[in-house]
Amino acid sequence: MLATVVPVEDLAARIPDGATVALPPDYGYCALGAVHALIRRGACRLRLLGVPAIGFQGDMLIGAGCVETVETAAMTLSEYGLCPRFTAAVKAGTITVVDSTCPAIHAALQAAEKAIPFIPLRGLIGSDILARRDDWKLIDNPFAPGDPVVLLPALHPDVALFHAPMADRFGNVWVGVRREQMLMAHAAASTFVTVERIVDGNLMDDERTKAGTIPGLYVTALAEAEGGAWPMGIPGGYEPDRAHLARYAELARTEEGFAAWLEATVMSRPAAAE
Amino acid sequence: MGPRPEEVLITAIAGMLEGLGHIAVGASSPIPGAAALLARERSAGTTRVSILGSERNNFFTDGGKELFDCAGQGRIDAFFLSGAQIDGAANVNLVSIGDPDRPKARFPGSFGSGYLYFVVPRVILFRLEHTPRTLVERVDFISAPGFSEDGVYRPGGPHKLITDRCLFDVDRDRRRFRLESVHPGHTLEEIVEQTGFAFDIPPGGVPETPVPDDDTLEVIRTRVAGQIAEIYPDFAARVFATPTH
Repeated sequence: MLATVVPVEDLAARIPDGATVALPPDYGYCALGAVHALIRRGACRLRLLGVPAIGFQGDMLIGAGCVETVETAAMTLSEYGLCPRFTAAVKAGTITVVDSTCPAIHAALQAAEKAIPFIPLRGLIGSDILARRDDWKLIDNPFAPGDPVVLLPALHPDVALFHAPMADRFGNVWVGVRREQMLMAHAAASTFVTVERIVDGNLMDDERTKAGTIPGLYVTALAEAEGGAWPMGIPGGYEPDRAHLARYAELARTEEGFAAWLEATVMSRPAAAE
Repeated sequence: MGPRPEEVLITAIAGMLEGLGHIAVGASSPIPGAAALLARERSAGTTRVSILGSERNNFFTDGGKELFDCAGQGRIDAFFLSGAQIDGAANVNLVSIGDPDRPKARFPGSFGSGYLYFVVPRVILFRLEHTPRTLVERVDFISAPGFSEDGVYRPGGPHKLITDRCLFDVDRDRRRFRLESVHPGHTLEEIVEQTGFAFDIPPGGVPETPVPDDDTLEVIRTRVAGQIAEIYPDFAARVFATPTH
């Protein structure tokens, strides 16, 4: 079956307002071109899910007013510091943060992947992460009483959105060792992917590419977007645009600075021109 | 030139890692990362090091979950945690100051601390700003508790706390920190004044944290510096004057 291949702007248009959107961390393959298209189309009330953390793309969406809640183990610009728009929104009370921890997000997505209602996880007991999660339960291990253990409900994102180095015309997407992106695709109802290039042939025909490939079965639509991670890099591909990221981190410290960045970088630059 | 403060810390942390099979290092941790690489250099090939954010020192192939699954199985011997606040009961706060819903300050979040602190046998706490603001009586948010009630599955926990001023040992029975050594150039009086929590001071005086010998400094400044520059180019350039590439 052939993949649905659309322009980046159309890909973003397929992500509805109010959707729970699973996003990879900055050290994965981030679909910044599609994120900018989401901002241009005025997406709102998005519920971001960090798998397991979110960086620049989340801060940009929050600054642009697209986000209602964020569930994540962390929001960070890493060496560039705190996420300025996230921090401002939390202090102002304009977004809700649902604090989690990395393995809880991975495990709850694995529960969705297995189509089971919940999954147990060690740790967490005595933390304020657990104390503030009404949706998590502490039970006594039914197989070995006297052993308290936390249960997490399965996480079912409406959408997984990420970038990848390549796909084929059948919608098979190569993510290599970034298997959390495969987990996201398995767990989400719809998966939207931007890729550096769409290659001839079938990625499933070669064992070396097949092992790191998400089958087209899980991929709702693709967009070809060379440089689609910019200003992030792609590991093993191109480097991040460090000067741009540093400038973002600086400008986004104020609302006015962020607005100027947004206008110059996102609103006046359609994805096709990037 | 003599040892820099960072090199004293790297050497002290590497000493806590001797003989371990697998050391993992998380995000934003250049000094722990360098210490783990130093421990590996001295291990004659018996120590593995996994560094988040490194392409050369990351052998996981099963996605973001694998580090945690691996730790849960007991396959990781040491890990590092920092905190916006760390308190006298070894609780770690990576989330916020004040009411978490309308915080005075908001930090990135708990990362994997709420799990790894429970399952990794030697969790080394590090905080390179040792003040009453960071080392507090009681944290405002517990990302991960220092100790657990009886019956809670807890093979892991705090092993040491190292700061820019001193090194604390952990008394797991009394659930308190005990001052182990004071870094060169710092004093006991200063540490008492700059620490927001009560801790034990061993009778008979506290030694100075040992400084690295010439051979160790040589390894740090050549082999370790070259490897850490892959992940933390700015740190390597600043501390070791390593050219970035």
